[in-house]
Amino acid sequence: MFRNQYDTDVTTWSPAGRLFQVEYAMEAVKQGSAAIGLRSKTHVVLGCVNKANSELSSHQKKIFKVDDHIGVAIAGLTADGRVLSRYMRNECINYSFTYDSPLPVGRLVVQLADKAQVCTQRSWKRPYGVGLLVAGLDESGAHLYYNCPSGNYFEYQAFAIGSRSQAAKTYLERRFESFRDTTRDDLVKDALMAIRETLQGETLKSSVCTVAVVGVGEPFHVLDQGTVQQMIDAFEIVAEQEGPAAEPDVDSGQEASAEPEPEQGAAAGEGVAPMDI
Amino acid sequence: MAADMGGSYGSTLRYKSVERMKPFGKHSLLGASGEISDFQEILHYLDELILYDNMWDDGNSLGPKEVHNYLTRVMYNRRNKFNPLWNSLVLGGVKNGNKYLGTVSMIGVNFEDNHVATGFGNHLARPILRQEWHENLSFEDGVKLLEKCMHVLLYRDRSAVNKLQIAKITKEGVTIHQPYSLKTYWEVSAFENPAQGAIGSW
Repeated sequence: MFRNQYDTDVTTWSPAGRLFQVEYAMEAVKQGSAAIGLRSKTHVVLGCVNKANSELSSHQKKIFKVDDHIGVAIAGLTADGRVLSRYMRNECINYSFTYDSPLPVGRLVVQLADKAQVCTQRSWKRPYGVGLLVAGLDESGAHLYYNCPSGNYFEYQAFAIGSRSQAAKTYLERRFESFRDTTRDDLVKDALMAIRETLQGETLKSSVCTVAVVGVGEPFHVLDQGTVQQMIDAFEIVAEQEGPAAEPDVDSGQEASAEPEPEQGAAAGEGVAPMDI
Repeated sequence: MAADMGGSYGSTLRYKSVERMKPFGKHSLLGASGEISDFQEILHYLDELILYDNMWDDGNSLGPKEVHNYLTRVMYNRRNKFNPLWNSLVLGGVKNGNKYLGTVSMIGVNFEDNHVATGFGNHLARPILRQEWHENLSFEDGVKLLEKCMHVLLYRDRSAVNKLQIAKITKEGVTIHQPYSLKTYWEVSAFENPAQGAIGSW
């Protein structure tokens, strides 16, 4: 009941000490399609689910390269995300020009957070309706940050935002301790599996997701569809050998019926079960 | 790095204890020739820069390469506004084991090299350094080489004073040694009885 009285503008507090407009902005992030990020000591991988509005249209770009050593994945109002990416690119270019050195990602994230905070304290502005997963490198290694519309930022080992991100988060929570020392390719595989969690049963194909990597000695780049599909096929095959997945199009699918573990065979027969590797 | 301690006022050798090399940050040293007040202004800019860098407190720090680039931008910008900082700067530092030595002039010309100099040093000292510098100079040998250059400059550059300092930058940090003088030799036969060959009053 009270929510409606105190939510007209961002500069009004509620009696419970909340800024509803900021909370509504965070709601917008939750409604956007999922984005996930995970990091090891030397690499960071970003992934997102790309759903096109219709079969006729292209899907929205949700992963942006900010500099050779920084990239960002967004969830929420993609227009706001584009504007913030432009700001980040500008900051990186200016720093590189002045200091002939890459802008440390931790500093960029703080600048971004301060920019978001301003919009929570001006009556003529509104908060940015986008959450950003910022992946980058600096002197102290690989980092992954999450920037909120509220102006808060947090550093993560792995994180997921957007709709159905809880499923990905659960997967990441189970596995995150192994990420620190894992190889780059395993990190990408983990990212794809986390993306698959958010698809809730839909087939994971390279046409519905986008994956990008940045690491020591590897500038930020988006992996092309072919590479991504190959990686998906690779671990789907492994999945097949452990317990059949309901993937009709994996053609190197072997003796799916000749399984040594009958329980897995029975369960998989009803549909795809999340792989508990 | 070596520099004498002279501060001229036009053609008068007015100040004889000016420290023309100053450390800043954890890793770097800046030496300047030219207008002392502009040098002090630059040090002020750098102190501010390093302060803000430290305030981030995030494990990242501006190294000598970054500061060199920053100074280049400052000097070039001022030159474009027709209001230069009238200095030639030498910047050296060691960060994470990597050595750096660079120079910026008042018009914004900048480069890195194994040995750099300002003013007359470019004409008198660099040829010596080109001949005798090599990668594996020890500190003592480096100082001897610099003293050789400073000797030539003392004899030949009229704005030089015989009081110099040596600065050393390693990964442990910056040390600027106490000032000292070079031994000079004036007993050249041409200087004995200078009026001997003069005929008449002129």
